[in-house]
Amino acid sequence: MEQTERMAIRCSGITKTFGEVVANDQIELSVRFGEVLALLGENGSGKTTLMNMLSGIYHPDAGQIYVEEKPVSINSPADAQALGIGMIHQHFKLVEVFSAMDNIVLGTSGKKLGRKALAAKVRELCENYGLEIDPEKPVYEMSVSEKQTVEILKVLYRGARILILDEPTAVLTPQETNKLFNILNQMRARGCAVIIITHKLNEVMAISDRVTILRKGKSIDTVATRDVNAARLTELMVGHAVTLSIRRPEPQNVSTILKVVDLTVARPDGSLGLDDVSFEIRSGEILGVAGVAGSGQKELCESIAGLTPAQKGAALYHKENILGKAPQEIINLGISMSFVPEDRLGMGLVAGMGMTDNMLLKSYRSGKGPFVDRPPARRLANKLVEKLGIVTPGIETPVRLMSGGNVQKVLLGREIESNPNLLITAYPVRGLDINSSYTIYDLLNQQKEKGVAVMFIGEDLDVLLQLCDRIMVLCHGKVTGVVDAKTVTKEQIGLMMTGEVSA
Amino acid sequence: MNQNKTTSREPLFHVVKRPERSGRQMLLFRLGAVALSILAGGLFILAIGYNPIEIYGTILNGAFRSKIAVQSTIKITIPLCISALGATLAFKMKFWNIGGEGQIIMGGVFATYFALFHDDWPHLPLMIVCFLAGLIGGGLWGLIPALFKVKWNTNETLLTLMLNYIALYIISWLQNGPWRDPTANGFPKIAAFAKNAVLGKVLGVQAGWIVMLVLTVLVWVYLKFTKQGYEVAVVGESQDTARYAGIHVKKVILRTMFLSGAIGGVCGMLQACGTDATLSTGIAGGVGFTAIIVAWLCQLNPGMILVVSFLFGVLEKGSGVVQSSYGLSTDCAAVLQGIILFFILASEFFVRYAFAGRSSAKGGKKA
Repeated sequence: MEQTERMAIRCSGITKTFGEVVANDQIELSVRFGEVLALLGENGSGKTTLMNMLSGIYHPDAGQIYVEEKPVSINSPADAQALGIGMIHQHFKLVEVFSAMDNIVLGTSGKKLGRKALAAKVRELCENYGLEIDPEKPVYEMSVSEKQTVEILKVLYRGARILILDEPTAVLTPQETNKLFNILNQMRARGCAVIIITHKLNEVMAISDRVTILRKGKSIDTVATRDVNAARLTELMVGHAVTLSIRRPEPQNVSTILKVVDLTVARPDGSLGLDDVSFEIRSGEILGVAGVAGSGQKELCESIAGLTPAQKGAALYHKENILGKAPQEIINLGISMSFVPEDRLGMGLVAGMGMTDNMLLKSYRSGKGPFVDRPPARRLANKLVEKLGIVTPGIETPVRLMSGGNVQKVLLGREIESNPNLLITAYPVRGLDINSSYTIYDLLNQQKEKGVAVMFIGEDLDVLLQLCDRIMVLCHGKVTGVVDAKTVTKEQIGLMMTGEVSA
Repeated sequence: MNQNKTTSREPLFHVVKRPERSGRQMLLFRLGAVALSILAGGLFILAIGYNPIEIYGTILNGAFRSKIAVQSTIKITIPLCISALGATLAFKMKFWNIGGEGQIIMGGVFATYFALFHDDWPHLPLMIVCFLAGLIGGGLWGLIPALFKVKWNTNETLLTLMLNYIALYIISWLQNGPWRDPTANGFPKIAAFAKNAVLGKVLGVQAGWIVMLVLTVLVWVYLKFTKQGYEVAVVGESQDTARYAGIHVKKVILRTMFLSGAIGGVCGMLQACGTDATLSTGIAGGVGFTAIIVAWLCQLNPGMILVVSFLFGVLEKGSGVVQSSYGLSTDCAAVLQGIILFFILASEFFVRYAFAGRSSAKGGKKA
């Protein structure tokens, strides 16, 4: 820790607007060499915008960035690289068919090293920072965490001393997260400056030295991690105190409503998205689905909802297979299903239409004659605005102009209003602020208490453990276990997510 | 580190997104663009050595100076408006149908068959049959690219464009071969229709203007108030959402493209039986392409399409008069059209974005 006090980056009065939206408003932020700074804030609080300005993707409208106390203007990612700033994006930018080291040198200038020399250099970097990777391994054979390692090596190889990680743990299991934190600790020890963007409080507490909290585009406060606790951080992040517990009513009158047997679904590229999956969905309880992103959640939802054909298997409702049936036939069987897809504006709603026309999406066929019956839809839209506290200039305002939380309320509200007995929700709180998230949890609990069978595809294990009654864990399209949410631990689920243990 | 490599200054300007504008602002903005384009067009006229005010005056005067002038302006408006309405249906679905020319031609070909070989039928039934034949001909021609699209996901832009040329050469073949006028001394043309097979006039203009008005209302109602119109809009916004809502996407694409082509076909029938009283390779004459411009300018709003088509009619008729009185080529009218379009399309960019200069970027505090 010889150079602890040297300032790596200082931002002063950074402002960035996108049209009317002020994404960053007079932000103050600083990070020293040899420390890990957590940038904490809810979705839409401006974390990524700020980091994109540091990495040269955007340009601030006002304010000044200092690197090592010298004022700089970062106009492109190449500028950022020359200044020793490296960003590790949430979505990997790697060439699948190249090996780790080919990806690492890709785009660097200067003399090309021979394969041996290059492999040696990469290994040396790995040793310095405690990373583990086989330089010759092609990316397509890698796990998510290995790919992330390659991304980190890419910026280290380019001489970065200031690393920015944008929600690096979103795609990792708890075990992989621990491994990443060990790496970050190594970097800190070697005098790097690390900025980690996250909205998970426990991670902030575990890894950071200081925390800068953003709220609605403003830097609210910067505190030393050891001086605060999770509750205080939430308060700073949200602006008021919140109780962080989710209600879990006792399931009543539980009975199996849908029995999924040996479900196998192929992806468009031919690989198996779901491989021989069997489980039961029961009324009056919430079934959580956990798994690393891309483990088959999308295929699971869409095949049950009848949007993707299944290759094999069945979904039995009173011994009758509903897969491959038309929506009307399924309704005639007495099962009414609602599906809240993960891509709200791309699938669940029509982005360019107002609330009224979006209410029509599922019901426009009803009624005789060639004309659409709008008045009931308008009434429903007004009812939802009132009941769920949806904020919108008007029910005819295109939903794409509404905030994420309100969009989700429109979608979930419409689905709930159709009185389903099976409700499938995929990542219903993704991108929502804490208040909206709790509104959604409440809505789901209300449905559960009404006797609806709820399937909840989630990503935050803490939420899954608190909200659900049972949790099914997926790994590479296979079910590695269905466990009781009250007794299982996060670590156990983590192991099942990687397929190391099954229950 | 090697900081000398970085650019020390900010770029002169950068593009920033501006707040979404209200409908009223957008309208004013577009009107402003039209005004600017007229100004730029004036400069163009000035540059080629004429007085812009005089020329603009002649255009307006030429289009409205007499009853006959107004009638022929409307005659130009009819195919443009109808063809733009056809394009609108497809565009609403984000199906890039630029095959308006071909659909007009095929509508004309189908209608001509009855006009040529069944001109002994009573007038009204014959006209109705011609109308339906045109509708079906255009519709089928529109259906072809849609079939390829839903079956093999081909590129509809290329396919509709290429089908234009096929349709054009079908006319060439017909007038050189099977349908050649035997009385034309070997000259390759199709005979003029018998009087019985020519669409009558209402108020001095071919009856097609009534069809145009009816279609404008029908397309407006179809898109805004019917279930099918709603499906078209949903499919256009997102096919995933349409699938999610249980809409049969392929069926909607096929149906809409048939209707889009059918409207083009009606346009072809009206041209052949109404304006030209024969079938020639000039039946569409670029209307199918100009219609794309009109539909786009009007943001797929049928009422606006009617108005803008008329304005285009005025420009074209007036330019004809300019040509005869000043010897200025009608190509100049095409240049003016191009200038207007350029300004309107450019204004779309500024509706969403603005340039922020270096000075304004530095406007904030420097700590």
